Amino acid sequence: MTTRYFHSVTLDKEKCRGCTNCIKQCPNEAIRVREGKARILEERCIDCGECIRICPNHAKLAVTDTLEKLSEFKYSIALPAPSIYGQFEPGVSIEEVLRAFIDIGFDDVFEVALAAEAVTYATRRFLENYRGSRPLISSACPAVVRFIQIHFHSLLDHIVPIDTPMEVAGAMAKAWAEQALGLKKEEVGVFFISPCPAKVTAIKQPVMKEKSNVDGAISISLLYGLLSKRVSTQMKTKGVGCSTHLAGKKETEEESHGKEGHHREGWVDLVRPLRGDNPFLSTGRGIGWGRAGGEAQALGGWSILTVDGIHNVRGVLEQVERKKLLGIDFIEAQACTGGCVGGCLTVQNPFVARVRLRVLAEQHWNKRPALDEDCLDNLIAAGAFTTKKVEPRPVMALDEDVARAIAKMDILEKTVKELPGLDCGACGSPNCRTLAEDIVRGIALETDCTFKLRERVKALAEEMADLAGKIPPAMGLEKTGGESSEGK
Amino acid sequence: MTRIDLEFTIDALDFVHAGEAASRVKRTLEHVGMEREVVRRASIAAYEAEMNIVIHSVGGTMKVTILPDCVEIVATDRGPGIEDIDLAMQEGYSTAPPHIREMGFGAGMGLPNMKRCADDIRIESAPGRGTTVRVIIRPRHAA
Ligand SMILES: Nc1ncnc2c1ncn2[C@@H]1O[C@H](COP(=O)(O)OP(=O)(O)OP(=O)(O)O)[C@@H](O)[C@H]1O
Ligand code: SF4
Ligand code: SF4
Ligand SMILES: [Mg+2]
Repeated sequence: MTTRYFHSVTLDKEKCRGCTNCIKQCPNEAIRVREGKARILEERCIDCGECIRICPNHAKLAVTDTLEKLSEFKYSIALPAPSIYGQFEPGVSIEEVLRAFIDIGFDDVFEVALAAEAVTYATRRFLENYRGSRPLISSACPAVVRFIQIHFHSLLDHIVPIDTPMEVAGAMAKAWAEQALGLKKEEVGVFFISPCPAKVTAIKQPVMKEKSNVDGAISISLLYGLLSKRVSTQMKTKGVGCSTHLAGKKETEEESHGKEGHHREGWVDLVRPLRGDNPFLSTGRGIGWGRAGGEAQALGGWSILTVDGIHNVRGVLEQVERKKLLGIDFIEAQACTGGCVGGCLTVQNPFVARVRLRVLAEQHWNKRPALDEDCLDNLIAAGAFTTKKVEPRPVMALDEDVARAIAKMDILEKTVKELPGLDCGACGSPNCRTLAEDIVRGIALETDCTFKLRERVKALAEEMADLAGKIPPAMGLEKTGGESSEGK
Repeated sequence: MTRIDLEFTIDALDFVHAGEAASRVKRTLEHVGMEREVVRRASIAAYEAEMNIVIHSVGGTMKVTILPDCVEIVATDRGPGIEDIDLAMQEGYSTAPPHIREMGFGAGMGLPNMKRCADDIRIESAPGRGTTVRVIIRPRHAA
């Protein structure tokens, strides 16, 4: 078992003061403080970003790409997450935000919100034909998918086997650029503009496909300053802006190259009618995906439960596992409070962003959808949206062998009883039970508990005092008599 | 020793902590690396057993024994007991009062669900004395 895990969430050792704030916040008990510094147990981390939010010393950070990476490609396309629309002042239009991406150096921009509409359509078709056990669970939040991989193995089959809006946007944008501009696959770089580290990890190490369609991820927070400057100048000089968006040059009617050829043509067919001056093509249905409840609202028509915040997600999934959620067809579960607007790489207060996004979605709710349903049906039939099955990640087991794991668990239970039960975290583990677990796993000692250490020191001190009283007989001090010779 | 014994005290009508014992059982099975179907079935059985004590009894205990080839759940309470066990086992039969039903319980599905999850289920009950429900769940490879 030597799987290496990539993680976007990492530690800045210099800044970490070992304060133990983050170890308690982690929903997966994946952080320990050892030798004065936080350490992430990489097989457990789901990149939810809770520790980034809580760290008072800004020692937890998300590794993402930067604008420099654009130069690695001949043609770069930004794929902004819907949540970005809620980050700006109310007067700023979505079109302005999208055009600003061209101003800051991208060659093109393609909305993930639009891809979200394609995913909504595919999910609806899937739900219509689905005869398996319900509720189905959305695959959109990668932190939730990873959480299920670790803790809810019996629910893996409930995850909708449909690609995320990010992946679909990547496929659409790339296919189009290749076809319309006659570029090679490697020459086109598509960059997700991300609200969270979980998406970054989903690109570098996807669980629902072999390789991501997306080439990189840049955080919303990194670009926000640049974008808002452009957005405000645009407002003054209305109408000026770039319009390279999907304008394409000549349509080269070359036959497709590469294995995914038939999908690529399908994506191109889907995007072809969208070409034009305005990069803003999504409707309220896609825009809403950036906040909790948006996916459900876009789907409509089913009994859908929306849950946000990873601790709440756990509670709901427990109920599903216990077969206690009857009459629910679908669960939209997001690790961040408020949905993606609550992602730790966004800048706006999530509650503010949430209401802005809702207003924007309402404004554009009745806009005519841009995507052609026949094209979508063809793509669905060809399996263009289909993902591979999600495999379990049984990282919680104390041993690969059940019998040995039981023996260790037995020791764990007994160890817990010995510990003070204060859950103070001073040992560097989040609570007494996890310290017991760490002891059993061999990565901690009982004396890491300050109270246990004190007990041991006290016992040692007593023993020392006792020993000090035991003067060797050769030194012949008669006056102590028999009282100190209790012996063992 | 290749055996774990867990014991939980369960209080009547304690809805704040209801479900915690079942969660602990699940987490323990996760640590043990038990196959996913056993985890699922044991989670359901433990939860239903726990909730029946919370809702229908004056309080009791749940003991869980985990062996490599078997999970045993024994839920015992101090009363009031079940009048007609066959009737209680029927889907949809419930004596839960309206205020409990409002909380989403009382569909009369608990015992039938436990039966579906169990390789063996035994209920002993005497009105006025109490109820003991014993459930055995075995991994497929050992069944
Ligand atoms: N421990 C118990 N003590 C007394 N009566 C019980 C006990 N467990 C079950 N019963 C009786 O058996 C009935 C059926 O139990 P069952 O668990 O199947 O359904 P329920 O608890 O009423 O509803 P649900 O489990 O669906 O929430 C109960 O309504 C109750 O009358
Ligand atoms: S919260 Fe965690 S990462 Fe931040 S300083 Fe404290 S121990 Fe270090
Ligand atoms: S809810 Fe959205 S922002 Fe948060 S982890 Fe999931 S995908 Fe990322
Ligand atoms: Mg019941």
